[in-house]
Amino acid sequence: MTWDWQYTGDVLPDLLHGLRYTLIATTLGYALALVLGLVWTLLRRTPYAAVNHTVRWITEFVRSTPLIPQLYFVFFVLPAFGLTIGSLTAGVLTLGVHYSTYTAEVYRAGIADVPKGQWEACTALNLPRSRAWLDVILPQAVRRVIPTLGNYLIAMFKDSPLLLAVNVVEVLNAAYQVGSRSLRFLEPITMVGLLFVVVSVISSILVRRLERRYATH
Amino acid sequence: MSEVLDSYPQWVDGAWVTIRLTLLGGALALVLALAFGLAGTSRHAAVRALNRVYVEFFRGNATLVLLYWFFYALPLIGLRFATLFAAVLALGLNIGAYGAEVVRGSINAVPKAQHEAAIALNFTPFQRMRRVLLPQAFALMLPPFGNLLIELMKGTAIVSLVGLVDLTRVSKNVQGSTGETVAAFTVALVLYFVIAQVLQLLVRYAERRVDRMLGRGLPARPALDTAGVAGG
Repeated sequence: MTWDWQYTGDVLPDLLHGLRYTLIATTLGYALALVLGLVWTLLRRTPYAAVNHTVRWITEFVRSTPLIPQLYFVFFVLPAFGLTIGSLTAGVLTLGVHYSTYTAEVYRAGIADVPKGQWEACTALNLPRSRAWLDVILPQAVRRVIPTLGNYLIAMFKDSPLLLAVNVVEVLNAAYQVGSRSLRFLEPITMVGLLFVVVSVISSILVRRLERRYATH
Repeated sequence: MSEVLDSYPQWVDGAWVTIRLTLLGGALALVLALAFGLAGTSRHAAVRALNRVYVEFFRGNATLVLLYWFFYALPLIGLRFATLFAAVLALGLNIGAYGAEVVRGSINAVPKAQHEAAIALNFTPFQRMRRVLLPQAFALMLPPFGNLLIELMKGTAIVSLVGLVDLTRVSKNVQGSTGETVAAFTVALVLYFVIAQVLQLLVRYAERRVDRMLGRGLPARPALDTAGVAGG
């Protein structure tokens, strides 16, 4: 069996349609991960040991278990509590929560990296806690970790095909469905593979540029 | 819940498949990481290019896409793999690419003076790598390797999508046969968590062993102090 260019052209529209869902899931999931990660980090800094430990174990648990069973959990268990959600919503939620445990670590490192003098300056200027966080510490911490956060965006993009486990028709699933209609899998799946490599290579070049731009050393 | 636990032979079998995939994939990834990581530190541009192509291609691809490619696409051009082998190949190639970057970075992170000292002592390039650079680089590699091993273990869940009966597939089967949705998926997640924690303990143990082999991480002993005084 040889490569069929005609067929390759024919499957492209289906793949692009799938790519739309891949991008939707990645963007929304990433937005959730960015926000929720910050929530985890700030919760871990509360003076209450109970909150601190609970959050630590929850994030550790979510981080060290695979995405697919987590997807099943969200997709099949939430309806048992009367919360029926679509497969794409389940995918976005799972990706977001899963990656929030990574971004939480990233933020934590970023905050730890802010020089101690900045905190002392806040105290000396008698800034209220909210202003110290919002206007002094977080802007510096987030700036430092932007390249790392970029790497997790790429990682999440590469994990998005897992959503096919709950029947989201993202790009790999689209390729699979096209292939199973014609029993020719070689072209569509190879195209998806190439797409991932191209996107990853380009985005890792972008991340390297971010690293140079936000380098603190 | 009890119905879910009654099917424990299935859970044990599933966990065994997951563990076996982790170990086999890890072994393949380790070999690839060392081979291509060393290629990345080569003096010859062509050998370094080999490293770049391997890393960019297999790190840039999603593991599931690789697995589908090995499982659905390649058989059509006559390359047919057993499912387990295709899974090990996809996981090993993907994690191996991340590992190769770790190996390359660690070897480059060994202080340059070590390299120069080995040349001054007239070591052959092989001796230099084997006796001086690699042992020190190995201590730097272990913590990131530990993280990659956990990633690999989590990655094995994709095999449930091509018909291997691992922990994830077992949880789906048990959910189907007992209807206990919450219990079935909770048990699976807890088992994965336990496996991850055990792997982490093993990696920590290995880290301590390597540190001791290199004479690092030991508490300062009085005996060493007196030796220092006597020597000075």
